[in-house]
Amino acid sequence: MTSQPPAGVHLEPGDYTGSDPLVFTSSPARSPQVPSAPQARAPKTVEMTIDGAPVTVPDNVTILAACRSQGIDIPTLCTLSTLTPEGVCRMCVVDTGGRVLAPSCSARVGQGMTVWTDNDRVRHSRKLVLELLASSVDVDLAGPELPDGSIARYMAEYGADPSRFGPPSPPAPAGARDAAEAGHHEQPDGSVAERVAQPAKVDNDLFVRDYAKCILCYKCVEACGADAQNTFAISVAGRGFSARVSTEFDVGLAESACVFCGNCINVCPTGALMFRSEYELRRVGEWREDDQTVTRTICPYCGVGCTLELHVQDNRIVKVLSPLDAQVTSGNLCVKGRFGFDFVHVRPKGSDREA
Amino acid sequence: MDLRIADIAVSPAEREAVDAFLSPRIGTARGGWDGGERNIELDGRTARGGHEARSHRDLLLPTLHAVQDRVGWISPGAVAHIARRLTVPPAEIFGVATFYALLSTTERPSAAVHVCDDMACRLAGAEDICQQLEVTLGPAGHAQPGEQRTWHRSPCLGQCERAPAALFTIAGDPAIRVSTGPLDAPTILARLDDGVHGQGRLEAVEGPLGTAATPERLEQLRLLAPQAGQPGLRLLARIGRVDPTSLTAYLANGGYRALREAIAAGPERVIAEVTAAEVLGRGGAAFPTGRKWAAARAAEARPKNIVCNADEAEPGTFKDRVILEEDPFALVEAMTIAAFAVGAERGFIYLRGEYPLAEARMQNAIDRAREKGLLGRNVLDTGFDFEIEIRRGGGAYIAGEETALFESIEGDRPEPRSKPPFPVEVGLFGKPTVINNVETLANLPHIVRDGAAAYAATGTPGSRGSKLFSLSGHVARPGVYEVPFGTRLSDLIELAGGVRDGHQVKIVNIGGAAGSFVGPDRLDLPLTYEHARAEGVTIGAGAVVVFDETTDVLDILRRIAAFFRDESCGQCVPCRVGTVRQEELLARLIAHRPRGTVADELALLDELGRAMRDASICGLGQTANSAVASGLRVAGVLS
Repeated sequence: MTSQPPAGVHLEPGDYTGSDPLVFTSSPARSPQVPSAPQARAPKTVEMTIDGAPVTVPDNVTILAACRSQGIDIPTLCTLSTLTPEGVCRMCVVDTGGRVLAPSCSARVGQGMTVWTDNDRVRHSRKLVLELLASSVDVDLAGPELPDGSIARYMAEYGADPSRFGPPSPPAPAGARDAAEAGHHEQPDGSVAERVAQPAKVDNDLFVRDYAKCILCYKCVEACGADAQNTFAISVAGRGFSARVSTEFDVGLAESACVFCGNCINVCPTGALMFRSEYELRRVGEWREDDQTVTRTICPYCGVGCTLELHVQDNRIVKVLSPLDAQVTSGNLCVKGRFGFDFVHVRPKGSDREA
Repeated sequence: MDLRIADIAVSPAEREAVDAFLSPRIGTARGGWDGGERNIELDGRTARGGHEARSHRDLLLPTLHAVQDRVGWISPGAVAHIARRLTVPPAEIFGVATFYALLSTTERPSAAVHVCDDMACRLAGAEDICQQLEVTLGPAGHAQPGEQRTWHRSPCLGQCERAPAALFTIAGDPAIRVSTGPLDAPTILARLDDGVHGQGRLEAVEGPLGTAATPERLEQLRLLAPQAGQPGLRLLARIGRVDPTSLTAYLANGGYRALREAIAAGPERVIAEVTAAEVLGRGGAAFPTGRKWAAARAAEARPKNIVCNADEAEPGTFKDRVILEEDPFALVEAMTIAAFAVGAERGFIYLRGEYPLAEARMQNAIDRAREKGLLGRNVLDTGFDFEIEIRRGGGAYIAGEETALFESIEGDRPEPRSKPPFPVEVGLFGKPTVINNVETLANLPHIVRDGAAAYAATGTPGSRGSKLFSLSGHVARPGVYEVPFGTRLSDLIELAGGVRDGHQVKIVNIGGAAGSFVGPDRLDLPLTYEHARAEGVTIGAGAVVVFDETTDVLDILRRIAAFFRDESCGQCVPCRVGTVRQEELLARLIAHRPRGTVADELALLDELGRAMRDASICGLGQTANSAVASGLRVAGVLS
């Protein structure tokens, strides 16, 4: 189907010469000389000291990236490679000799900077962050999906003991945390450590929002909004300890702008956002990760070619994720790829593979 | 953007409130939500929506105020209508509205009173008032069925000289908003009734602009600034002498001489003079103003902004209110000088929502100045354009943090940004921005007019000039006092008439909730930034709350702990949860039910304080433990 170029037109290698009418060639005025490639910019670097060792790193990276390039692990909770760093969990703080610690996920390196990633000051803040989180949020499921390990591992590593702040408070009744007014709270008596515990929001067949497990990392809001989906169905509402992820006026997801792409589930590090199928299996004690297989495949619907990770238990798909490093959509899917897998389970009646 | 807006009816009053505010500013188009306006003649398919429709996000908070003022709460129908008009997702509007204490997203009676129960009002019997209101109106925030009135507790309203104080908000057209004091419960109830049925009686407490000349008003003024009329004052020189509503009076009393001199001297010389005067920012951070201005002038991006931080919300602080209410033209002039010096075209005054009189006076000053060509295009025929807009806060202490303030103006939740970048490079609307406190700005006309040397002759080598201090609590004459830096704390307290008769100082709060406490043994402290730093205390914005030996210090500390929990934005873990744990710990100490020993609890509080100071994003979390910790230490209440 390759058409011949009109006479006198020089074609560069790679120029499109598909069938008419979409002939895409270079302009006749173009010089036949192949221009030389622009000079590659010499990579700018800075010299700095990390944990006492002098290092040279690119000048435009975060402290976190610089440390990781040197093989130094820094724990993180709210940062994710596909999302804008929010810098809110404060797990990744490092000591740059300043008045306060710096969030390595968002603070940039600088010439002559001295960074301590694991001194007493840093370890103290990380320990307290873990204790404050674990004393207020159900972090039992937090971790396995974390790129950097699990909260349980961090808790052990930093000697965090959330019980120092008292026994956990009873869960709030459904809707109570959503009704909190900014700037007001019940005076505590200090006998229990207040938590965000509350019943899960189960308002649709596809996924469940269990905000008792929410550490308010903002990832779901970012994924729903400007960082990925541009749907803006959820926002952080309220303030202080009453801050929560919410639709407008806490309406159910079906009434909200939610398009059920589930990209929020994909980035949730704590299990607060969960497939309904996983939620129901966990409820009856039938969620068995050890018995599950994870199969990578390509979404069967449109031609975009998103990568799916099918989590299969007892020959049924129980959860669909997408790897963040998938080239096509960086872990984002649409409602069909994420949830439209039931047809796989339907077998012709009488067939030997009937479910 | 993929907006889906619920099909909920907006009430006529809500629609009118929204459209009356928005239509003069953005026209009557419905916005980009339904594809915007179609240009049939061009090609029949072009929709004007997109960026243009979304470019008015900064009108979100004023629009929410318009609805709150008109109907007393922000309903789902109102949110849907605003979402269409401004092309903002409803969830984000809800996220913004639920951040502010003065906005309500649940239906409530149109007449509301916000009763201050913070430090100074507490000493003046605010708790008794709250208990009486609870008997009549039910628990705070829970209106009885059929009741037209409701009440809320409030953090410091900045009316400490007339404690106990309250803010009345009566929804309607026009809405009534009045902050006043001192009050008792029967007066509060009567004023609420005035608001509902009173045909102007509540408004008459202050009047739309305040009436400068009535005996009541002059009496209030003597309460606010007891030095008013005395010679030798710089910042308070015009207070009580010059009608704050009259530009003519301002011009006749030295007004706008400084701007003319600034224009004659040119921007560089103005900045050099401000730098030479070594002015330090009066909002609490004490950053050199000259350096800020020079950096903003050097920044390349345009347009630049001047923002006046008038979100004075530090408990015990009301000194900016004096300038805002009683010398508003001085602030307009100072901002104009700042704009001329750094090359800014737009100015914003972010004014706390609890200061309705200040808002009216400032708006009047801006309007009068514009009429006379002192604002707007081609100021004083120099080819320099400058406009000032007031943005009203919604009841959020954190919005006084400079980057949170930008977020608030831009129509987002006022959550502080990570710094760097600093505002002089990336500030409001992502542009270079100078943000100065009211009092800082009020110093500038003096520097420009009288020169840096005259300015720096007052004060100490590390703290030039004079400072406004807000004195409240157990002093004979609370109010705003102007004294040279270096004045001893004891002399300042004496100036305010000393501790009330027959009593002694037990403890003094300097700098408000974000400040710290000192005991009676340190009253000889010279009030300068350098002495304060050496002593491990902070001048902050200049709050001085005096407590005598009758004070229950633990009760005050508990109020401070509750304040930080209420005012934390909730973004970062150390502050969001740390402020909760701090209050719980204090509650256990007060109830004599420590976990382990008292020493164990104090050690835990210290650990908590270190993490909050080191790892919080902004100054709120970083200082949320300082007053509580220093109060426990100084008062020695637990030993």
